[in-house]
Amino acid sequence: MPKTVVLARKPLSFSERTYLPQIATGLKTTLSNMFKPNVTLQYPEEKPSIPQNYRGVPTLVKDPNGREKCVSCQLCEFVCPPKAIRITPGSVPEDDDSREHVEKAPEEFEINMLRCIYCGYCQEVCPEEAIFLQDEYSTSGYSREEMINNKEKLYELGGTVPDPHYKWDKKKNAEDEGNSH
Amino acid sequence: MIEFEVIQLVAIKVIFAFLMVGAVMTMAGYSVLAERKVSAWMQGRVGPNRTVLPLVGHIPIIGPLLKGLGMFQPLADGLKFLFKEEIVPGHVNKFYYYLAPIVALVPALTTMTVLPFGEFTNSDGDILPLILADLDIGILFVLAVSSLGVYGIVLAGWSSNSKYSFLGGIRSSAQMISYELAMGLSLLPVFLWVSEPGAAVSSLSLVEIVRSQNASSWLLIIQPISALIFLIALFAETNRLPFDMPESETDLVGGFHTEYGSFKFGIFFVAEYAHIVIGSAIFALLFLGGWNFLPWIDNPWPSNWLGSLIGIIWFLTKTIGLIFFFIWVRWTLPRFRYDQVMTLGWTKLLPLALANLIFYVLLVTWIDQSNLNLP
Repeated sequence: MPKTVVLARKPLSFSERTYLPQIATGLKTTLSNMFKPNVTLQYPEEKPSIPQNYRGVPTLVKDPNGREKCVSCQLCEFVCPPKAIRITPGSVPEDDDSREHVEKAPEEFEINMLRCIYCGYCQEVCPEEAIFLQDEYSTSGYSREEMINNKEKLYELGGTVPDPHYKWDKKKNAEDEGNSH
Repeated sequence: MIEFEVIQLVAIKVIFAFLMVGAVMTMAGYSVLAERKVSAWMQGRVGPNRTVLPLVGHIPIIGPLLKGLGMFQPLADGLKFLFKEEIVPGHVNKFYYYLAPIVALVPALTTMTVLPFGEFTNSDGDILPLILADLDIGILFVLAVSSLGVYGIVLAGWSSNSKYSFLGGIRSSAQMISYELAMGLSLLPVFLWVSEPGAAVSSLSLVEIVRSQNASSWLLIIQPISALIFLIALFAETNRLPFDMPESETDLVGGFHTEYGSFKFGIFFVAEYAHIVIGSAIFALLFLGGWNFLPWIDNPWPSNWLGSLIGIIWFLTKTIGLIFFFIWVRWTLPRFRYDQVMTLGWTKLLPLALANLIFYVLLVTWIDQSNLNLP
């Protein structure tokens, strides 16, 4: 048990009891603050820089070749706790050379931003790394319909992110070299 | 039949009065802006910088500068107060509720009649003060009328029929009474000093006190304690932080004006800032030499209309500096507790003011005696 030490408080000197020197010090502090740069941002014109792993609005991304990454496996739809995601699966035509070996792609992909809780499970579960929560944080609209992001909007928000894997390229090469599995 | 000269004289006075009211009200409006801007800068913010008149914003350099400084904000604020819905709560005493803002504003604007702001040498070589009414009892008039301002606050607090307003009104009246004494006593030595036997002047007029500081020491240097007490009492009288008991937002919602809205609140607001403008002007006149240049230095400007103009600007500069000081203190110091305000007023300032008065009485007597005993 620690022993309580009572510290003797020094009696205030006369100048301290008038408070005037302290007031002068305070005034000096506020005056020096006047000449420091502002810490606030002019919000709509200036926006703060968002850290790399910020969890903003979920978006769909394309790979560096400009191809759609989502294969509409619907895992994100399944994992989404508030059921904000709705995917209408579609198939990729056989003769689409740019997307060989990919069988499916979403026909429609909707994320209802009125339901989304920004948990990031969709990003975590996605086997194709096609859905990311990026730096966009401000969504607004005049109607409920406006708040549902469709596929076009999601790709517009998502853009292209660097892909470390090139999964479909590898698959194509493997088949070309004859050791596909 | 009224003579033409009389009509002319009255007309000129009326025009001057309107100009003066306009000037003081403008300064009050821009003090509000200064308050917002200075507080913003002290807190690392930007402050109002969006309001702009149409077209003005497109003038290169000047337009964006004025916009950035929020120069049109007072206009927008005033219009906002004017066009807001006028809500009168059901539980108020209507007559006094409407009367209170008027009673608050009138004394604030009345004191400006005895407020000199410059000097003018006419063609005959007479030096005339620029003042609406050159009363011999100038400072007495100011003290008497400005303390009437408390009636507005008390009436507002009482008629609002709400506990917060009521507490604000009570606190305000107690505070005003406590600090009025110290304020009056702090000014006595000043006038004793100026009106000593043998001195050229012997008057309570604000003009004379400014003239006595021409090319000699400012009274701030001769009587620092009087100036300090007067300044503290001025803070209390204008209800500024750290003495803003009547409207301490944290414990009384809005204090005496809790139940007021729209233009009636606007009038209270303007009255408060008009008090600050007038108070700063009076402090500048009494202790900072008014429109005189610097202590011990003769006015470097010529004694024609240009000199008068420079003098007025110099006086306004001092006043604006003091207004800035008021704002600066507000954003530095926290509010006193109510009992601390009372303790400071009655047990510290009042005895100090008395001691100060006695000291200067003895000093002035001693100086006079030694002067008289000179062969």
